[in-house]
Amino acid sequence: MLIRAQNFTHGNAVGSLIALSAPLSLWGGFDTKSGKIIDQHHPQHGISIAQKIVAMPYARGSSSSSSALLEAARLGNAPAAFIMTRADPILTIGALLADEIYQKKICILVIPQADWCHLGHAKWANILPTGSPKTVDIRVSRI
Amino acid sequence: MLTLTEEDRSILGGEFGPMAARAMKILVRYGEATGATEFVSIRSAHIDGCLYHGPSSIDFAQSFVKLGGLVRVPTTLNVAAADVTHPEWHCGDPSTLNEQKKLTDFYTQIGCIPSLTCAPYQRLVRPQFGDHIAWAESNAIVFANSILGARTDRYGDFADLCAALTGRVPLVGLHRDENRHPELLVTVPKVSETKLPRDLYFGATGYLLGLCAKGKIPYVRGLPEDASEDELKALGAAGASSGSLALFHAEHLTPETHDINASHLPHLEFSSDELGAVIDDHCSAKTGDPVAAICLGTPHYSKDEFIRLSDTIIGRKKAPSVDFYVSTSREIAEHINTHSRFAPLREFGVRLIVDTCTYLAPVVDRRDGYILTTSAKYAHYGPGNLNRRIALMTLERCINAAVAGKVAPC
Repeated sequence: MLIRAQNFTHGNAVGSLIALSAPLSLWGGFDTKSGKIIDQHHPQHGISIAQKIVAMPYARGSSSSSSALLEAARLGNAPAAFIMTRADPILTIGALLADEIYQKKICILVIPQADWCHLGHAKWANILPTGSPKTVDIRVSRI
Repeated sequence: MLTLTEEDRSILGGEFGPMAARAMKILVRYGEATGATEFVSIRSAHIDGCLYHGPSSIDFAQSFVKLGGLVRVPTTLNVAAADVTHPEWHCGDPSTLNEQKKLTDFYTQIGCIPSLTCAPYQRLVRPQFGDHIAWAESNAIVFANSILGARTDRYGDFADLCAALTGRVPLVGLHRDENRHPELLVTVPKVSETKLPRDLYFGATGYLLGLCAKGKIPYVRGLPEDASEDELKALGAAGASSGSLALFHAEHLTPETHDINASHLPHLEFSSDELGAVIDDHCSAKTGDPVAAICLGTPHYSKDEFIRLSDTIIGRKKAPSVDFYVSTSREIAEHINTHSRFAPLREFGVRLIVDTCTYLAPVVDRRDGYILTTSAKYAHYGPGNLNRRIALMTLERCINAAVAGKVAPC
């Protein structure tokens, strides 16, 4: 299964994919020191998203999320990529600075709403270049 | 395609110094990421990056400060990670106090006003209707857009500083007319139709709005026409915590509702039961349960809220086992501390905590009891941030609990 995505930062990531069933605020909802979701209201509370490809419908909550993303990047606990259905400037700037200050690449990808349903059962994703820096293809699989 | 003006190009080229040039370089990439075609000038900035999150906060600020220069527009600072004026109350990592001081100093060196408040709209000078501004801090964003009719997108840390250093932001999102129209109509029950007391009604409504609007701009029908700024502040803050509410329109209340015809919009209706459930979900405490502290002021308490608190606790005294914290700005705390009108607060044993908020700066030492709050935002973030049991309830019930030393009946 290939999904075409808009690419807001950098193009490459491969690894296990976690599809969050609810949006997450990185600040307040995520512990930069452990990489785990600490929002007790979140359905995936307790799981680690460090270095994972994280799909969530859209980003949520605090403007501190860019700082949380940068601090997580410094500690090696940032997700490798975010796949969302709506662009998010707060995560985008966190990812830009993670590259500039710590040379850590975090993909910020936006897919059409209609493709969201393909991510629910996916376990693995490979983010592939398309020839244009503005887009990537996401290959998802169930194993 | 992003088109730069002559001014943008000269900032980028270094005519305004290396710090502005670096900020502009980041903003151009940020602008491209948001799909902007041009930049717009801003009247003020509010910076959230002054909250210490770890060494990366210092690394980021230092990488700018060492270049030398000043902000180009009036710039205020959001809350910090600790109240450095009351180190004796701080029970988190002791190094946070020094690191926070260092970080605040960095930002003041480049000309930021150390307001250290999440409610910059409670200061004397506030943005005017239609002003473009670059504010970070989710509750300040929703307040400025909805209640003041100023225009800010959802700025995160770092973008806010780059905006302050250049005076420019990409003309996208909520800066644009066409993106400020409501996308759904939400009818809410009248306060009297719910089983909720008024001070929980707004938080519950905002919380549900954040959950149900799913990032869209709601037009809210049914809120009381005499809703105060503080009540709308609580609503916005709750919605920006449970969801990404950055602008709402409220019939008869907010300034951009005149030409709106909401009847054609997709329609959602909130029931009294749904609002009640929001409060129940955030209040597991039962009468008689132990209480460690009462924490108010999320977002920062206003003068009006202090007046109400002072009038409610007059002649009473809290139990010695319970801490009673109210978070506010240094400016408002100065006013409260120097006016005899607020003497009842001191007699009751209220501690005014400044620069920060008790849901992120750990100040409650006792671990065996609930922290009670009137704020839906606090009740949302508190459990994760502090790893404590939090219960959301009315001001009156919080005060009764403070006096009794245990959770009071409804």
